[in-house]
Amino acid sequence: MIEVDRLTKRYGPVPAIQDVSFTVEKGQIVGFLGPNGAGKTTTMRILSCFMPASGGTARVAGYDVFEQSLEVRRRIGYLPENVPLYADMTVGAYLDFVANIKGIGRSERRRRVGEVLERCQIPDVRERLIGRLSKGYRQRVGLAQALIADPDVLILDEPTIGLDPKQIVGIRQLIKSLAGAHTVILSTHILPEVSMVCEAVIIINRGRVVASGPLDRLMQELSPTARVQVQVEGPPELVAQSLRALPGVQRVESRGAADGASTFVLEAERTRDVRREIAQLAAQQRWGLLELKALDLSLEDVFIRIVAGEEHEETMADEAAGSTEEVAS
Amino acid sequence: MRAWAIFKKELRVYFSSPIAYAVLTIFALISGWFFYNVFGFYVMASMQAAMNPMMARDMSIVEGVLRPLFQNMSVIMLLMMPILTMRLFSEEKKSGTIELLLTYPVRDGEVLLGKYLAALAVFAAMLALTLAYPLIMAWVTLLEAGPLATGYLGLLLQGAAFIAIGILISSLTENQIVAAVATFGTLLIFWVIAWASDSAGGSLGRVLSHVSLTEHFDSFSKGVIDTKDLIYYLNLTILALFLTLRSLDSKRWRG
Repeated sequence: MIEVDRLTKRYGPVPAIQDVSFTVEKGQIVGFLGPNGAGKTTTMRILSCFMPASGGTARVAGYDVFEQSLEVRRRIGYLPENVPLYADMTVGAYLDFVANIKGIGRSERRRRVGEVLERCQIPDVRERLIGRLSKGYRQRVGLAQALIADPDVLILDEPTIGLDPKQIVGIRQLIKSLAGAHTVILSTHILPEVSMVCEAVIIINRGRVVASGPLDRLMQELSPTARVQVQVEGPPELVAQSLRALPGVQRVESRGAADGASTFVLEAERTRDVRREIAQLAAQQRWGLLELKALDLSLEDVFIRIVAGEEHEETMADEAAGSTEEVAS
Repeated sequence: MRAWAIFKKELRVYFSSPIAYAVLTIFALISGWFFYNVFGFYVMASMQAAMNPMMARDMSIVEGVLRPLFQNMSVIMLLMMPILTMRLFSEEKKSGTIELLLTYPVRDGEVLLGKYLAALAVFAAMLALTLAYPLIMAWVTLLEAGPLATGYLGLLLQGAAFIAIGILISSLTENQIVAAVATFGTLLIFWVIAWASDSAGGSLGRVLSHVSLTEHFDSFSKGVIDTKDLIYYLNLTILALFLTLRSLDSKRWRG
């Protein structure tokens, strides 16, 4: 549904994004992840036809964003980062205007506006002036205008920013419910959001895609082992030994002991879950099993690993370049 | 169709913010003041003329009331039009709403047309308010429809050109004050440019006087429709709108 090929955007000599390539399948929800200034907003602005790329191509629903911009714009709903809305209009009048401009007929419009307000949980502000709304409401009005024409593709730049926790849950559910019928690409800082809402993720750092793919595959690649934390009441030495002897366990690390209970972190092959065996072992030995939990690599870890790995490689490359220069001189 | 959506939205914004009301009220007040004075003077003069048949020969409602009234109204327009047009694109740029507007499935030309016609509609409402003056005149005296109609046609054409220039300048800056000041300055230069035509002389002088807004308005206020003037205003309007379209388009390739 979205095909981006070696997209580059330069502001003056500085590239905001460089050779960004990725594809998003129809019906997928894809998270666009990266630190501030990584180029998320720039990419989304190009996809939404707001600004042209300096190089490369992007196609949305089969249409080129530059050559067939009008066709693309008919098929997208876009929520920009800072949610620019007309402060002097009421919510109802504004959404009616958007529906009108997106080609929805007069009789249909009233119904659509009511429907989309309902979906975004803001039917109570229909007659309010947008300028008087709080940030959370404005955010949801922005989402409502993106959804109003039931577009094939939704481009959402930080859709949950500025919402309270309850609203965040609501909006995430809303976005999740869009999967299948709509293709969604959303950017965010909030890493758990991606694991909650998205099926695939594109990680971008300093204008380049550093990793992309389905979330579970990405995790698998970055850490082939799964980690499990256990807290057991029993003789520490013996416990550690028995744990190490379990099939699939590669490493056992002690995390200290208190009140006769000792804590261990195990690393095991990701393909097998060793928790069952640990429970059985504790039962057999009549040790008290106080805690048993899988320590999955969090998205933060993934992110930091990738970004840090990148920087590490880069410094190595720099050093290498430096040494060859020295040789040359 | 989509231009119509933009048109409705712009009108709604004009009338849900104080801008349209302020412009309409001030325009009506000032033009009313001019009318009161011009017409009052004419009434005094005609009373004197009633006693002096020599003077009565020169009395003309077109020369005595309509022409100065139209001239004065076009000066007020010079002051008010930049206020009417300054927000059209500048506000969208400043608040960022242009980002959404330009990603809606609507052509730049439709956006421009909708906005232009909305400003023109507010201006037409301004002019409609001043129709009270000829009505008052018609009540007390005999008024010819011809010069009245050409006067209003002139004002309308001039307003159309003013708005086109204003919208062009509004598309170039995101600061509304800058848009208003620059529009006012541009209109004023067009206004007074003919002053140099005598000293410049020759073909340059003729060019300067042809470019001037005042020269072209004069014949309308006298009750004459000259195709030269008609084409001048239409040219100016179309040129400014075309340049606005280029300025909007440049966003797409300049980035």
